[in-house]
Amino acid sequence: MITLNDVYIIGAGETKFGELWERSLRELATEAGLRAIESAGIYSRDVEVLYGSNTLGGAINAQNDIGGLISDFAGLAHNNIPAISVEASTASGGAAVREAYLGIRSGEYNVAAVGGVEKLTDLYGSEVLDLTSTLLDSEWEGFFGATPAAIAALVAQKYMKDFKVDRESLAMMSVNDHMNASKNPDAHYRNVLTVEGAVSSTMVAEPLGMMDCSPASDGAAAIILASEEYVKKNKIHGIRILASAVAQDYLALHSRKSIYRFDSTVVAARNAYKKSGLKPDDISFAEIHDSYSIYGLIELEDLGFAKKGEAKSLLPDDIKLDGRIPINPSGGLKAKGNPFGATGVGQFVEAFQQLNGKAKERQVKSPANALLHSMAVSGSTSVVHILEGN
Amino acid sequence: MGELSRFWRESNHRYRMVAIKCDNCNQIYFPPRDVCPKCHRESIGKMHETELSGRGEIVSYTIVHDAPPAFMRQRPYVLALIKLDEGPTITGQIVDSDHEALEIGKRVRNVFRKVREDGKSGIIQYGYKFVLEE
Amino acid sequence: MSGIVSYGSYIPKYRIKPDEIARVWGEDPESIRNGIYILSKSVPSPDEDVATISVEAARNAMKRGRIKPADIGSIYVGSESHPYAVKPTATIVGSAIGANFDLFAADYEFACKAGTAGMQNVMAMVDSGMIKYGMAIGADTSQGAPGDALEYSASAGGTAMIIGREKVIAEINHTLSVTSDTPDFWRREGQPYPTHGERFTGEPAYFRHTISASKKLMERAGTTPKDYKYAVFHQPNGKFPTRAAKQLGFSDEQFKDGLLTPQIGNTYSAAMMTGLSAVLDIAQPGDRILAVSFGSGAGSDAFDLTVTDEIEAMDRKAAPTIKELLSKVMWVDYAIYAKFKRKIVMGDNIE
Repeated sequence: MITLNDVYIIGAGETKFGELWERSLRELATEAGLRAIESAGIYSRDVEVLYGSNTLGGAINAQNDIGGLISDFAGLAHNNIPAISVEASTASGGAAVREAYLGIRSGEYNVAAVGGVEKLTDLYGSEVLDLTSTLLDSEWEGFFGATPAAIAALVAQKYMKDFKVDRESLAMMSVNDHMNASKNPDAHYRNVLTVEGAVSSTMVAEPLGMMDCSPASDGAAAIILASEEYVKKNKIHGIRILASAVAQDYLALHSRKSIYRFDSTVVAARNAYKKSGLKPDDISFAEIHDSYSIYGLIELEDLGFAKKGEAKSLLPDDIKLDGRIPINPSGGLKAKGNPFGATGVGQFVEAFQQLNGKAKERQVKSPANALLHSMAVSGSTSVVHILEGN
Repeated sequence: MGELSRFWRESNHRYRMVAIKCDNCNQIYFPPRDVCPKCHRESIGKMHETELSGRGEIVSYTIVHDAPPAFMRQRPYVLALIKLDEGPTITGQIVDSDHEALEIGKRVRNVFRKVREDGKSGIIQYGYKFVLEE
Repeated sequence: MSGIVSYGSYIPKYRIKPDEIARVWGEDPESIRNGIYILSKSVPSPDEDVATISVEAARNAMKRGRIKPADIGSIYVGSESHPYAVKPTATIVGSAIGANFDLFAADYEFACKAGTAGMQNVMAMVDSGMIKYGMAIGADTSQGAPGDALEYSASAGGTAMIIGREKVIAEINHTLSVTSDTPDFWRREGQPYPTHGERFTGEPAYFRHTISASKKLMERAGTTPKDYKYAVFHQPNGKFPTRAAKQLGFSDEQFKDGLLTPQIGNTYSAAMMTGLSAVLDIAQPGDRILAVSFGSGAGSDAFDLTVTDEIEAMDRKAAPTIKELLSKVMWVDYAIYAKFKRKIVMGDNIE
């Protein structure tokens, strides 16, 4: 009989998210990694495997093989420690943690480092926009002029019509993110946003304005995972991963069964709830992949916090820090920032602080657990983790 | 520059909306597929070409303001999800239309247009776009 | 006898008035209108070119004539604004209509008579038995230099004629051409805008060739103007064809239905063919048509046609008629016009 090991997060660290002109990919990754190692109270030599997460480095920064790059610059390559690059579109971060989780759960490794990094400011905005379209179905969506924002707008238009939801409700997602980010020193945007300000922002793809879309951020985040055996032997405190799940849906939005239900999220969440024995009502707070305000609303539904079309009933109050189901205490993708490959890992950094009671001004009251959701562009891949609090 | 085969190989799908039908379950797929997601192995050798009418209705639409370089001259342009009469839903631009006249549910038909150009000296890529049926 | 089996046209939806153009250059719209008799001209959208226009016209012709792609044996596209200087528009049209790999094809250039030259070629291929049906297309997205007189008239459009021996709706009784080396209007390789010979384009060019080709054709056919129900001429503006028609002895009644330039401007290689398309939309069996094109450089192709009973079996409304293409339009101002026609240059790496 095979026993699968429990996996714990024993350390976490990240850089600021924002426009970090002076810092390169390798510098950011190393900074986050060193913070995580220090936070774990271990040494670099204790890391047995590195999983690197990055989405568009090859195209934007002319650098592929992020695992190789981080391992080199962090000094891990010197000891020939295995380094694997993970790319799962904008769910790369969550997917890299998943891979590390499997590596430890299988018994192959005792300590794994996961580092996610992205620099979206290294090219002109219009060029980056072009490159993000490669995350869609490039032949049948991108070719015809679809961008990730345009795809989100198509989802929003239909959702708003069918469920009679207005732009103000979408804006509340962003307003909540900004309110929380104002208390997060690492966040890209720390200004407080109002619903009026959001609704009157420059149009990106109707009905979504700039304040409905996450920014182009630079940043890196890293966590250290360890096996139950390692944690017990070294008497380290860790946050246990109760569940880890991934699910897929068709790549192109036009192939989905419903354009405003992310089946990848529904299935991954269902699996995670099953594995953890928890239900949506049991969740203390969640970090969700709100790359666009509309996706935030849909994810609230697909993660089970509201019925389809009824996410607006949770806004604006239930999702606040002191609400029934706090969402994105970090500031989420809109305000904490969205450096693609780092975003998913950054959610673990936030959860680590929160579950250890170290989130200071942003602290969610006595969280028993956390649900983390990472997603690829318009919902083709979803990664859901549930972590256990103290 | 030099993007040739990638676009050329899709010509008959992009110019004439040639779809693929799974003769095992009769489902029509567009964009085209080599394997039926429902029938899997039982669809091998049974996926055949069928030309679509190009008619359908608007499932959703948006007016894109933040445009990638290839589409800057046309901005703001309309991108839509179109459910074709034969079943598949696809992504495409709606052109020659008064933006105020766009509505979810309205009927459209396909037209042959330039989609993008590979710079001033590269190949021009043509494909389907849609106009409102009048 | 061989003749036109089907026809189809496409005119872009956008229009601009000469008033708008005159406003920008400080000219008097009234005198422009009186001088060239153009009330509006068609403007192609940035995503339209001679290939897209030719495909729409070709598809309309196939739809109307219920011709199968496999039956098309040749495609010739005549234009002075082909998207490629090297790579025929005809190959793109062939691909877009699903034509056979076994196909005769090439592009033509003879200023505004490139399309009709193609028609003669296709007719010869049908008559010699080389093909069953062939398609000749005249299409243009002509450019007029900003501030130049041509800016008022240079427009966009296309017409496809399918010619064959079976199911002929208009027999081509006779066709002839006249050709001379006349420098009335030209464009050197690599130059963006054509050069206009001003008043030299009149007598020595348009009128000499149009009138003489018309007279020679009627002589060969043994006809006089009163034998014709319709007369369609090349129409660079509203005035030239009117004067040519009157000079030859045709009445307003005879040429008015084939004169489209006042509404759509000069569609160059599509001009005469689109006028003929408008006539075919309303012609009845037995109607005789004189159709004469003119191409600068210079030459004229003249056709003597008789509409057959077959036209009644055709559902002419299966494809958009010229009336329809003239009715649903969208007006643009000079700024949008300049953006569409690429007179506004985008930054580096954009196009």
